[in-house]
Amino acid sequence: MTLHKLSAHDVIDLFKKKKVTAYEIIQDIYDRIDKVDGLVKAFLILNREDAFKQAKEIDIKFKNGEEPLPLAGIAVAIKDIIATKKIETTCGSKILKGFRPPYNATVIDKLREAGAIIIGKTNMDEFAMGSSTENSAFGPTKNPWDLERVPGGSSGGSAAAVAADEAFIALGTDTGGSVRQPASFCGVVGLKPTYGRVSRYGLIAYASSLDQIGPITKDVVDCALTMNIIAGHDNKDSTSADLEVPDYLSSCQEGIENIKIGVPKEYFVKGIDIEVKDAINKALRVFEELGAKIEEVSLPHTEYSLPTYYLIATAEASSNLARYDGVQYGYRVEDCKDLSSMYERTRSEGFGKEVKRRIMLGTYALSSGYYDAYYLKAQKVRTLIREDFSKAFNKYDILVTPTSPTPAFKLNEKIADPLTMYLSDIYTIPVNLAGIPAISLNCGYNKNNLPIGLQIIGKPFKEETILRVAYNFEQNCEIEKRRPEISSIKDKENAE
Amino acid sequence: MSEEIVIGLEVHIQLMTKSKIFCQCSTDYIGKKPNTNVCPVCLGLPGSLPVLNKKVLEFAIRTALALNCKINRASIFHRKNYFYPDLPKAYQISQYDSPLGVNGYMEIFIPESDEKRKIGITRVHIEEDAGKLIHEGDIATSSYSLVDYNRCGIPLAEIVTEPELRSPEEARIFLIKLRNLVQHLEVCDGNMEEGSLRCDANVSVRDIQTGNLGTKTEIKNMNSFRAVKKALQFEVDRQKELLAEGVKIVQETRHWDESKNITLSMRSKEEAHDYRYFPEPDLLPLRVSQEMIEEVRKTLPELPEVRKERFIKIYNIPEYDAEILTSSKALGDYYEKAASLYPDKKVVSNWIMGELMRFLKEEKIEIEDSPISPENLIEMLKLMDERIISGKMAKDIFETMFKTGKGARQIIKESGVTQITDENELIKIVDKIIKENPKSVEDFNQGKEKAINYLVGQVMRSTKGRAKPDFVFEAIKQRMKKIR
Ligand SMILES: [Zn+2]
Repeated sequence: MTLHKLSAHDVIDLFKKKKVTAYEIIQDIYDRIDKVDGLVKAFLILNREDAFKQAKEIDIKFKNGEEPLPLAGIAVAIKDIIATKKIETTCGSKILKGFRPPYNATVIDKLREAGAIIIGKTNMDEFAMGSSTENSAFGPTKNPWDLERVPGGSSGGSAAAVAADEAFIALGTDTGGSVRQPASFCGVVGLKPTYGRVSRYGLIAYASSLDQIGPITKDVVDCALTMNIIAGHDNKDSTSADLEVPDYLSSCQEGIENIKIGVPKEYFVKGIDIEVKDAINKALRVFEELGAKIEEVSLPHTEYSLPTYYLIATAEASSNLARYDGVQYGYRVEDCKDLSSMYERTRSEGFGKEVKRRIMLGTYALSSGYYDAYYLKAQKVRTLIREDFSKAFNKYDILVTPTSPTPAFKLNEKIADPLTMYLSDIYTIPVNLAGIPAISLNCGYNKNNLPIGLQIIGKPFKEETILRVAYNFEQNCEIEKRRPEISSIKDKENAE
Repeated sequence: MSEEIVIGLEVHIQLMTKSKIFCQCSTDYIGKKPNTNVCPVCLGLPGSLPVLNKKVLEFAIRTALALNCKINRASIFHRKNYFYPDLPKAYQISQYDSPLGVNGYMEIFIPESDEKRKIGITRVHIEEDAGKLIHEGDIATSSYSLVDYNRCGIPLAEIVTEPELRSPEEARIFLIKLRNLVQHLEVCDGNMEEGSLRCDANVSVRDIQTGNLGTKTEIKNMNSFRAVKKALQFEVDRQKELLAEGVKIVQETRHWDESKNITLSMRSKEEAHDYRYFPEPDLLPLRVSQEMIEEVRKTLPELPEVRKERFIKIYNIPEYDAEILTSSKALGDYYEKAASLYPDKKVVSNWIMGELMRFLKEEKIEIEDSPISPENLIEMLKLMDERIISGKMAKDIFETMFKTGKGARQIIKESGVTQITDENELIKIVDKIIKENPKSVEDFNQGKEKAINYLVGQVMRSTKGRAKPDFVFEAIKQRMKKIR
């Protein structure tokens, strides 16, 4: 059977029609993982035993006449920064190796209640700090489209798992583009919801004021389906919004005639790959044909996004990551002579290079005497960036941009040069600073058969609008549906 | 050089809400098995998030209002970052540049100089408590530390005074008054030994001629009112001596060593933490509506000042008595209970402020745990009125009451002497007493019925309480009628 190639909603249809069982779905997925994950390395840990047990329970309930759950039997991969009860949760870091949370993140409880089956935890840049998944303490994940390239990051494992048909749905987290950029590199759909739309309870914090959990899926309908489950207020998260959640599936069904699209001119300047630019322009023509009105718009503070982000995110990270001190859980260097050497050695050995770089940067930004010049100033600029967007949204319903300036780059290409690496999030970071929703979906391929991502940015809590626009694009863009050919490379390697 | 002492206090009180500040764990942590009163939130486990307990806000507003503070309608939580094993997130959620309450004051009375002083309250803010480190033996020699997180997340209100206290004694008086206040407010039990009320102090000495403020030191680890006075006195003397010798005082944090009766340097200004405060992104700004403030104001209980005035007015006792009786909530409650059972309110206050407080102090027992209940105290006073016991006997009986917790009547009964049951014998005594007290007989004949009571008392006295009072009463009454 080739169930793994299908979308989640197609598999659910088969399940409801009793053509497949949850057990068969899970079996097929693990067969697929066994076949390709040795190459892709999307997963850090698999939850096989528990997954089969859950699948059996779902099948028994359905057999006994219970209503099928909305995600019954659907294999979901979880980025290893989201707490899963009794399942090791490492954030891709040596410092949390062996940490098994005694509780589930709210999104995990919601997914499980909806019948979804957690099949494993996916690889990521350590503590979500990175854009290539090369910063994982457990080795990089490969891009299923080209195993010599990165899947993007930090949710690279989740995006690669979905692209390689190792999961129908994956959850990622997006602090500066960590769902959207890997989704674009892997040719799948990735949504960063409005800040406060999805509970952060159980999301291990990198930068608390920017982090959001978002779905990575094979198509827009699956994305809407997942949002229907995970969105909504949670009284365990004070920053989660107490607002009604619309039915995202039904909002996809409406057209986009007369929708007003703004295209920020600051996003099409130096550094953008010509093939990416062409693909976005083609996509804009599709929108036009569907009746949308397109105009250029200016977001004048765009150029300050990157420095602003790297001050705020690192400042929060320096505080959020201080708890990994070897005292209560995770990695600890033994045989230390005193407390401060235990702290120092545990953290020096437990954290990777990029994490340490950002902790130091953030600590500096918050230090007395520097706070006003760095952290406080960054907060002020953040307000200006947010205002750029709200002004644009007075006139436009959505904004359309590339997701990343280039398609997937090669492993080791940028790892030695952090600043170049940081630039790959230049189009996604402003969205996090403004706290607004955005989706990335495929809008074509470059000449090397690498996917190119289109970003649709929406007004706060208007996920339904960007999902609707994305769905209309997906249905009408007439882009050939390609799948990565992982096995052929394997064959090629075998042949060599 | 003539100097002026400058002391400011930072007082932490544990708020007695049912659950912790940011999670649903109980605040009842004392005596529990280590690390059993915890959850992912107060353990600071990765991914957990704080949610403010609304009751904590209410308790803190109550405290700030009682200290005459202005309540900030919008205040924010900050993270105070530092590493220590008892702080599981490596930051404390606290308030920094926009605390809940500001610009308050509390009035204290200084008996020495017979003056009232208004001590400014700089701020009242909310924060979370940390856990505790446990060592085998002494912290300096133990080869390992154990951490108990049960106390993590207990809500605290921090109360900071202006540097307006002028002596260690004033600081002690302020602290006692503050404890009394928070007890009245029912926001904190005020137990310094158990750490539910903790006090740090900033101490410096000012040159009166030049007006120059001296370098201040911060004193920590004062675990009782006595320790506060002793530690501050030590520190003031230390600073004065150094100044007299022309030695510069170092800005530093000093630790009070109770066993050695000295303060010791903990860390200097250079070693001081940079707490890298920044707004807590996991919590929304704290908004307090005018309605909420008014709501809390309405529920404020009677405060000690007001209670004192009421005692003076209602019970007609001197200000001095009222001041002492309202110096703790429990003492005031004791007095009110006793006074409600007895007509002469001043007699009640005399006994409480005299004998009872003397015994309590000697035995180091709090009034809450007094072995003599207000009911028992009054029973004893009534026995005196009935002349069953004399004032002198009462003092002995009181002591027995205090030691045994028994009532006066019971003690008399059990005093080993059995009651006289032979009625003929009793009547003989009655006749004798009547004969000896012609004045009472005369009084009675003139219509003063109460004279009988005196005669009954005399009978009881001469029998050392062994007679049956009601029998004696009836017997005297009949005899008197005959005489009349
Ligand atoms: Zn708790």
